[in-house]
Amino acid sequence: MGWLGPAELEALKLSLRVSFWATLVTLPLGIFVAYALARWRFPGRQVLNGLVHLPLILPPVVTGYLLLLTFGIQGPLGRLLAEFGIVVAFRWTGAALAAGIMAFPLMVRAIRLSIEAVDPKLEQAGATLGASRLFVFATVTLPMILPGVIAGAILAFAKAMGEFGATITFVSNIPGQTQTLPSAVYAFLQVPGGEAAATRLVVISIVVAMGALLLSEFIGRRVAARVAGS
Amino acid sequence: MSLSLRLQHDLPDLKLDLNVEAPPGVTVLFGRSGSGKTTIVNAVAGLVKPMAGRVAVDGWELFDTEQGLWLPPHKRRLGYIFQEGRLFPHLTVRQNLFYGKWFTPKGARRENPDKVIEMLGIGHLLNRRPSGLSGGEKQRVAIGRALLASPRLILADEPLAALDDARKAEILPYFERLRDEVSVPILYVTHSAAEVARLATSVVALQEGKVLRHGPASEVLSDPSVAPAGVRAVGAVLQVRVVKHHTDGLTELDAGGASLFLPRIPLQVAEELRIRIPAQEVILSSKRPEGLSALNVLEGTVDTIRAGEGPGAIVSVKTPAGSVLARVTRRSVEALGLKPGKSCFAVIKTVALAPQDVGGHLRGA
Repeated sequence: MGWLGPAELEALKLSLRVSFWATLVTLPLGIFVAYALARWRFPGRQVLNGLVHLPLILPPVVTGYLLLLTFGIQGPLGRLLAEFGIVVAFRWTGAALAAGIMAFPLMVRAIRLSIEAVDPKLEQAGATLGASRLFVFATVTLPMILPGVIAGAILAFAKAMGEFGATITFVSNIPGQTQTLPSAVYAFLQVPGGEAAATRLVVISIVVAMGALLLSEFIGRRVAARVAGS
Repeated sequence: MSLSLRLQHDLPDLKLDLNVEAPPGVTVLFGRSGSGKTTIVNAVAGLVKPMAGRVAVDGWELFDTEQGLWLPPHKRRLGYIFQEGRLFPHLTVRQNLFYGKWFTPKGARRENPDKVIEMLGIGHLLNRRPSGLSGGEKQRVAIGRALLASPRLILADEPLAALDDARKAEILPYFERLRDEVSVPILYVTHSAAEVARLATSVVALQEGKVLRHGPASEVLSDPSVAPAGVRAVGAVLQVRVVKHHTDGLTELDAGGASLFLPRIPLQVAEELRIRIPAQEVILSSKRPEGLSALNVLEGTVDTIRAGEGPGAIVSVKTPAGSVLARVTRRSVEALGLKPGKSCFAVIKTVALAPQDVGGHLRGA
């Protein structure tokens, strides 16, 4: 990638790393929350549903500010984590946290839809054959929702790549540390003569986003065909 | 291998209340849709939690609300054959068949997979997926899947209801083989009198959640007061033996000394079977009929006459072959002067014995 400057290359690599970890770490939690919302009836279900969707409907800058209040060096969780030597404020891990939270509702929605499409009668059949709930989930539910899980993960990854408002509010815009692709575009546009660099990053953004979309369609179709048994 | 079943449960439009001690073999829950059959089976399976009750297989308790005992479904060691098969679409037939085997304790694996696969004739399907199977094939795989979990009790909830007549005729013999060759009690739900007649060791006739009558199939089905599936389901069940295959395509049967003729039955001479004679296929005559095309005439005496709400009546006639039921009009009852004790002749048209009403060989019962 000789045509990219070192700062641009760094922003791209950072964005990929942030999005990768944001997606990977939130995925198990996303599947669990989606399953709970789709299958279980418990008090506070609507509250959980609302909380999950909050990052989608709040202004990102508000989410970022709330993260700063909670996970900042002075924040309650931030101080607690600092006791264990973990600092997320103004670090790439903080950027991953912000990206993960912003992408979470999209991930949960996609997975929940696919869980709701699985007939609970099949899960009952598994139980009558002797499989525990966890085993039924691993052998019946999970394979059948795989297309939804993959679609949700890729959607979350793409969302994380583009996250800007919450990230810049929470972890600022430090080159090499928290300057993700969108932050870098914003920074280049603030300085005279930065348009060329910004344009290159814009092109990369488009390529990554389109690539993710096509990949998810491709994988989703292949897995769906396999799961449907044709 | 007996089944003890006591249940109380309130549904929005139904109050379930039953107490049944079923003998080994096939226990059929028989009733109209909405009589609570499926809820009972689901309670036995642990998919529905009843308000009160106790279920035990051979003294092994699945639940007992008085003791606060409730085994979750996966610990009940059941084989549940559902109406719609419920095969796992993402797994091959082989993987479906062996799904339950993973959870069966090694010492408890009674069924030999090769034998089961051969019995069900599904050896050529093992690598296929359920979406490529016919309805009958799917249900055979579902039977195999339930059986290979080495269950202590087999549940079958209207396993034939979703199939057409040809497929029903294809699957029914497998249930007969289950009954005769596998020593596992079976709880079988149906609203079809033909299936009851062929399979049941004992029948629990249900109406609106309560037991109307419990007993051997021949008694329950020929009791016109039962008719849980409507008056069309009323019919006598006779135990008969194959005497001879005639060259004109008819099979001669012995029914308690009387001879009956049926279109060729694929059984050996001297084998026993049950036949069901629907009441509406029987006509009565006060004199021995002459010049009639029907081959089967049984002489007997009128036992009971039961008038329904409409113009019809069910007449029960005691014959050497057993009780035969006839559905006639009340006007005919009067015209023939039928009353208990009067001798009469029951005329059965040969073609009236539909193939699915003829049961295969039978042990015990």
